[in-house]
Amino acid sequence: MTRISRRGLLKTGAAAGVLAASGLPVRAQQRGGTLRLGLAGANTSDSWDSRTHSDSFMIMAGHGAVFDCLTQVAANGELVGELAESWEASADAVTWTFKLRQGVTFHNGKAFGADDVLSSLQMHTAEGAKSAAKPIVDNISEMTKVNDHEVTFTLKAGNADFPFLLSDYHLCIFPAGQTEEAIAQGIGTGMYKVESFDPGVRILLSRVDSHYKDGEYGWFDSVEMIAINDSSARMNALMTGQVDAVNRVDFKTEPLMRANPMINIFEVTGNQHFTFPMLTNLDPFSNLKVRQALKHAINRQELVDKILLGHGAVANDHPIGPANQYYAADLEQNSYDPDKAASLIKEAGLDGLSVDLSAANAAFPGAVDAAQLYQASAKAAGININVVQEPDDGYWSNVWLKKPWCACYWSGRATEDWMFSTAYESGVPWNDTNWENARFQELLLTARAELDSDKRREQYGEMQMLLSKEGGTVIPMYANFVDAHSNKLTNSGTVGNVFQMDSSRFIERWWFA
Amino acid sequence: MQSVISIILQRLALGLLTLFVVSVVIFTAVNMLPGDFAQAILGQGATPEAVEAIRKDLGLDQPPITRYFQWLGNAIQGDLGNSFAQANFASFAGADTGVSTTVAQQIAPRFANTMFLAAVTACIAVPFSITLGILAALYRNSVFDRATNVTTLTSISSPEFFLAYVLILFLAVLNPMLPSLSNIFDGMSFGERLEKTLLPALTLTLVVTAHMMRMTRAAIINLLASPYIEMARLKGMSPMRVIVKHALPNALAPIINVIALNLAYLITGVVVVEVVFVYPGIGQLFVDSVKIRDIPVVQACCLIFAAAYILLNLLADILSILSNPRLRHPK
Repeated sequence: MTRISRRGLLKTGAAAGVLAASGLPVRAQQRGGTLRLGLAGANTSDSWDSRTHSDSFMIMAGHGAVFDCLTQVAANGELVGELAESWEASADAVTWTFKLRQGVTFHNGKAFGADDVLSSLQMHTAEGAKSAAKPIVDNISEMTKVNDHEVTFTLKAGNADFPFLLSDYHLCIFPAGQTEEAIAQGIGTGMYKVESFDPGVRILLSRVDSHYKDGEYGWFDSVEMIAINDSSARMNALMTGQVDAVNRVDFKTEPLMRANPMINIFEVTGNQHFTFPMLTNLDPFSNLKVRQALKHAINRQELVDKILLGHGAVANDHPIGPANQYYAADLEQNSYDPDKAASLIKEAGLDGLSVDLSAANAAFPGAVDAAQLYQASAKAAGININVVQEPDDGYWSNVWLKKPWCACYWSGRATEDWMFSTAYESGVPWNDTNWENARFQELLLTARAELDSDKRREQYGEMQMLLSKEGGTVIPMYANFVDAHSNKLTNSGTVGNVFQMDSSRFIERWWFA
Repeated sequence: MQSVISIILQRLALGLLTLFVVSVVIFTAVNMLPGDFAQAILGQGATPEAVEAIRKDLGLDQPPITRYFQWLGNAIQGDLGNSFAQANFASFAGADTGVSTTVAQQIAPRFANTMFLAAVTACIAVPFSITLGILAALYRNSVFDRATNVTTLTSISSPEFFLAYVLILFLAVLNPMLPSLSNIFDGMSFGERLEKTLLPALTLTLVVTAHMMRMTRAAIINLLASPYIEMARLKGMSPMRVIVKHALPNALAPIINVIALNLAYLITGVVVVEVVFVYPGIGQLFVDSVKIRDIPVVQACCLIFAAAYILLNLLADILSILSNPRLRHPK
């Protein structure tokens, strides 16, 4: 059987049936048992409203277990249908038709249909809705129900990634007309239904009696998710067998955990990256030579070794990561070269350079140390970086997007277009470098509506090159997702790298060996 | 007896005043912290419009003085308000979501958990440290006395999280006898709950023992030089009997005071221990709420902490009056 490319599937979602047939069963799955997870990222303000989900705990519970989206990214990176069975695009990628799965019911017994899709997506565009997925849904100009199991989306502008965007963890499907009740009680179409929910403390889930994913996913009978925000407590809980898996392994204790034969660490390099964005409309960062000098004044490998303790990879000043399809791995690496940096400063017509770099550990763990390492490595190039330590509180409101140069992190996006249009498109609110480049903007718009994979690769490659050589952000490294599980658990052998904990689908994809 | 009642009333009035001052201090302090609830909850996604929208929903756009008096007015009537976290959620999910939204509803189960931990600890720590104190007084300057002193003083001088980790190491990792995770929840049997609570309770016991044990020892030794103790000894009583029958009742007042202070500590000072053991008590809620600047919850937690101190101190004073005939019948 020929390998189905991710994009091939995209255009004419030959979808789930074929995929299941081509499937992965490497190790025999077994049903049963109670999975106990110790997870960071829980808050007392947590709720089942997927519009508010932003941290790992609720993402795993919502999108990963209780709710379904229209599409999902499989562990191997392919896009497959979840509540959608297949989809088709018009040639200009403006009109998309989705066939919906039949015979699916919500946990309260209501049958799933086209109305639920329309009302769930409308939740994000409603007046005053504070949804992080608003930019995705805003591009839809019209949603039509063809029949109970088919919907058509007309977009304002063609977007070849549209089915991908619908796998976003904010875009969970709620029962139409019962949204409030569903948010209060957690009523979705997922494999697991809510038994009890104590925000910021604990969630108890149990598998539904029958589900369309049966035989493919969902092996645990029940799942207990325990909020453990303190990292030592979380590691301890796994070491003492109180939980079966934990997220966000503490790098400092990771060697000790590796030494424990009962514990396996699983680590993937995804798109999560740490950045130092500069506002390119302000002096001296408006000067291209200054930006290039700064790109050559940072010792990336040193940061990976000392800040991430090796749990990461060197990045190349563009936000596209190894988990993206069109990642330009062969792009020339911006290297640490103090002499080159010094000469670039001279070319810029400057007599030495002195700049402030604002940092706080709220930006990313170890940001202040990273800034200080940067300071030391830049000194060799005659660049004086003055590290300004900012308070963690209010960092995103008072420092990021406000100070000319600061530290920041991005969890990355599943598609190139999504990432670029979030933080690099001219005029968008999160363009944290005020980056304006005519060629980049032109490529962004053409690539968005381009369905030909080869052409897109070329276009996205050039965009990455532009950002890497001229862009306003210094991106020293990708940070790995490092999680751990007890050796009682196993999976298909492929771990998703879109998000931590097997792309936050640990609950569905793992089982007790 | 008349005087005792007037003391109680006086102290309660002063206590209310203290609570008022505490609430002003906390409100000011939380307002002086950088960032507010809207910014904290939105994080990186804090666009000016979204921040404005949340502030408007929650009334955070009002000047602080107005907000304080609104809160005070409601609090006096027993309404501690709604937690921002839940109110913010209700504002777009619709009010009638069936989720507990008031501060009182949110705090009640957590406070009950903290009280349970405090009670378990007190049941272990109080008898344990008084016995140790008596024995140390009895065998004062012996090896036993020295060893007890060194051990308890070491444990009180170590930070709580360190003690917690040492206990986890010995009782959960090396000898898996007790669970290192104290995630208790509704519907657990009492036995299970007790088992899960034991490690944090032991940690807290180590923290509070030294104080109570040293006070017991000092108060008793202090009395042992008095003539009436000499008399008892001359009558030929055994040393143990002298201490328990004659010295201890007269040493009760200072001991009770120290116990009350430590009990108050068990309610208010458990934040670190709760975080280390993932115990869902009021301390964790407090930390979470400070982090997201959820002022109504922070205020309520602080008031509970302050009230615990005031009431337990009052109780200690009353008990020491009652245990002392000279104070009971003032001339």
